[in-house]
Amino acid sequence: MKFGLKKFVLILFFIGLLATPAAIRWWTARHNQNAALDPKTALARHGFYFQEVSHASGVNFVHQGPTLDHKLDPIMPEVASMGAAVSIVDFDRDGWPDIYVTNSGEGSKNALFHNNHDGTFTDVAEQMGVADVNRPGTGVSMGAVWGDYDNDGYEDLFLYKWGKPELFHNDHGHGFTRVADTAGLPPWINANTAVWFDYDGDGKLDLFIGGYYSEKIDLWHLQNTEIMPESFEYAKNGGRKYLLRNLGNGKFEDVTDQVGITSHRWALAAAAADLRGTGRPDLFIANDYGVSELYFNDGTRFHEVGEQTGVGFAPKSGMNAAFGDIFNHGQYAVYVSNISENGVLIQGNNLWVPKEGTSGNGLKYENLARDLGVELGGWSFGAQFGDLNNDGNLDLFLTNGYVSLDRNRDYWYDFSKIAGGHTSIISDARNWPAMEGRSLSGYQHKDVWINDGAGHFDNVAQSVGVTDTHDGRSVALVDLWNRGVLDAVVAHQRGPLLIYKNTVEPENKWIEFDLQGSSSNRSAIGAEVTLFWNGQKQVQEVSGGSGFCAQNDRRIHFGLGRDPKIEKAVIRWPSGKTQTISNVSTDQLYKMQEPL
Amino acid sequence: MSQVTMPAVPAPPHAPSKRALIDSRYVAPIFITCILLVGQLTFGILESYPRTVLAIGTSILAELILGRVFLNKWPHPASAYISGISVGILLRSPAYWPYALCSLISITSKYVLRIKDRHIWNPSNFGVSAMLFLAPATVASLSIQWGNYLLPMVLIWVLGFVIVWRVRRLHITATYVLSFFAFAFLRSLVLHEPWQAEVAPITGPMYQLFIFFMITDPKTTVRSKRGQCLVAFLIAVVETVLRFFQSVYAPFYALFIVGPIANAIEIWFDSRRKQTTTAVVAKTA
Repeated sequence: MKFGLKKFVLILFFIGLLATPAAIRWWTARHNQNAALDPKTALARHGFYFQEVSHASGVNFVHQGPTLDHKLDPIMPEVASMGAAVSIVDFDRDGWPDIYVTNSGEGSKNALFHNNHDGTFTDVAEQMGVADVNRPGTGVSMGAVWGDYDNDGYEDLFLYKWGKPELFHNDHGHGFTRVADTAGLPPWINANTAVWFDYDGDGKLDLFIGGYYSEKIDLWHLQNTEIMPESFEYAKNGGRKYLLRNLGNGKFEDVTDQVGITSHRWALAAAAADLRGTGRPDLFIANDYGVSELYFNDGTRFHEVGEQTGVGFAPKSGMNAAFGDIFNHGQYAVYVSNISENGVLIQGNNLWVPKEGTSGNGLKYENLARDLGVELGGWSFGAQFGDLNNDGNLDLFLTNGYVSLDRNRDYWYDFSKIAGGHTSIISDARNWPAMEGRSLSGYQHKDVWINDGAGHFDNVAQSVGVTDTHDGRSVALVDLWNRGVLDAVVAHQRGPLLIYKNTVEPENKWIEFDLQGSSSNRSAIGAEVTLFWNGQKQVQEVSGGSGFCAQNDRRIHFGLGRDPKIEKAVIRWPSGKTQTISNVSTDQLYKMQEPL
Repeated sequence: MSQVTMPAVPAPPHAPSKRALIDSRYVAPIFITCILLVGQLTFGILESYPRTVLAIGTSILAELILGRVFLNKWPHPASAYISGISVGILLRSPAYWPYALCSLISITSKYVLRIKDRHIWNPSNFGVSAMLFLAPATVASLSIQWGNYLLPMVLIWVLGFVIVWRVRRLHITATYVLSFFAFAFLRSLVLHEPWQAEVAPITGPMYQLFIFFMITDPKTTVRSKRGQCLVAFLIAVVETVLRFFQSVYAPFYALFIVGPIANAIEIWFDSRRKQTTTAVVAKTA
């Protein structure tokens, strides 16, 4: 070969290299299924579609953000950027799920939307006594989780705040009594996550609270502006964590240090599930400005195994923790949302999947978010797994968007400058450039990823009618109208509460379980149902809080696909008892009580 | 078309001296490896080891193959190692392919983008800039800091200055750093923003790699000391202009723009000087 030809080939090769990213983009776009479709086509193609029905349902809730100390005015939209949360509860045990929504403006009211059984809701928060919880001086709501802490059969409300946390006892569905002052709760927290779970298996629900800002800070009366993370990826100057053990007399004992949880990272999401099959719930914490933490629970102590298991090595901006058995193997994957912004910061979301051949204390995870197609979701916040089209595979609903202000002016350049700065610069809010009405990853489209059951998720949000671009924070999945389908309720920061009503291909079958503990906690939080059908199995658990500032319906929903042959359902109660149900029929809600 | 050859490298500062404990060619690779290992072991700065290994491996392999094919010899891998490791540290992507592609682009650019048998772009600067521009949805650059402590940062600065002093490049780094600070304060005044925010980027590892390894690359900087200082200053000028336009990767793009122009001008001057000398010699003869 002559040299001239060699050089020519080299130049062609070089041009080919430079063209590769464009070729990959073209190839990816070709396979994009996310074009807008009419409902009929969406139903035929994807097996479901959503209709946004909040107004039609009588829900006209718009979240208000907090206004913190004026020293933070230049970056207020970025600092006061959380507080929109949604949790599902059947507070009056009428068999129809209700919706609790938090508000975060000083003096604003939270809402409890009672399900009227006819497709509409009525806000009863005021009359039930759980509305006026954001009074000036007491802080503002960040989220709520429901659990029957006194085992009287009615779900009680824990409200976590940037401020004074609240506990409300459910008076048999007729109202709520504030019991925070006598319960032994911390006097002031700046928390964005809490989880009910029975960590010690004594049949009483305990409470985990994850601090974000330091609990020593009153965000309305700052001593100084040194309140920001000391690092964008290694910060350990966040709020402390609380593990409050339920003493059974309406009081809780702080056992955090005793059980070995000493983290001061910036927790944004936590969820508990038995990841190792020990019968004890382990705890996953997604931290902003740092690595995630995973705590193995031996019933008396928690052992942080983030690095050991692989989930706690690469620092990102964790904002979500949700569990889902995405391969129908009887094992949970964990979805952690992070930040991705084209051309600036590509953290990618994490889908932590158990490595093949690992289990028990040797459990290890690998991040398969890219391989499965659920990696890039913008400035991602809350996400939940659920079978949205009842095809037998768990899908994923992701909310996103951080601060939507001026569409044409962007804060990312200034954000990236400060984020790379040394701790002495980044940790002081005074050093942060003013936002001046600019957006930061605003007006983003949500992602609804459907699981094809063959190892890939496709984003079909636009196709199935999820088209809004509000700043999503919290999403909860729930069968709102007892139809055997999962609807989605999404809370938006400084935006409306949206209700996406689901319509699913009727030939896809389903089954639901409503569990109630006896010797276990009455909420049955931590109970697992493993469903065996068509030669596969899927495990789901009753959760005391998951996603970002959210709690799904306590009822467990399985999609089964067409013509399912169900072998059995096995319930493992938190007490350790197992219960096997044969002759299970499809399209049924099974109300199960733990056998004595 | 003329034969592509690597430029003649001036003996100092690279040639191993009898008194030197270590071959100068290995100083920079050793230093950057130490940065990588310390950063990763203490703060986990890498996306992952496999991605970095992929970048280094691809870089060295490409260099060996292209060197063998176009120069008829096996090139020393130190330069490719630095390019690969720079890509491994500076590029952030959850995917694997950008690391391999960036290394390939970096090394291939050395063999394609040449004037008078001299490559004019710093390879990793070209590769990283190209990836940031062409694949913004997949890659970003390192934008974090060395943990929360002052000591690691001070240590890297001190070590970095010692290294660039040892390889006689301190004037380049010093000119750029001083210019950066001056322009940071200027931007702060003009934009009415906290000066700390303007200074913040230089406290992160991205800049440390940039000022110690990229702008000092001997093969892609002009030869005269004054010229090198002028180029470093001009990079800071262009960077400031880009920053006024809110370019997140202003330093990379500034070097991408200024570096080859400076080299091209020098090559043109050299060529003219050579022609003049030849003409004078011919006339004299």
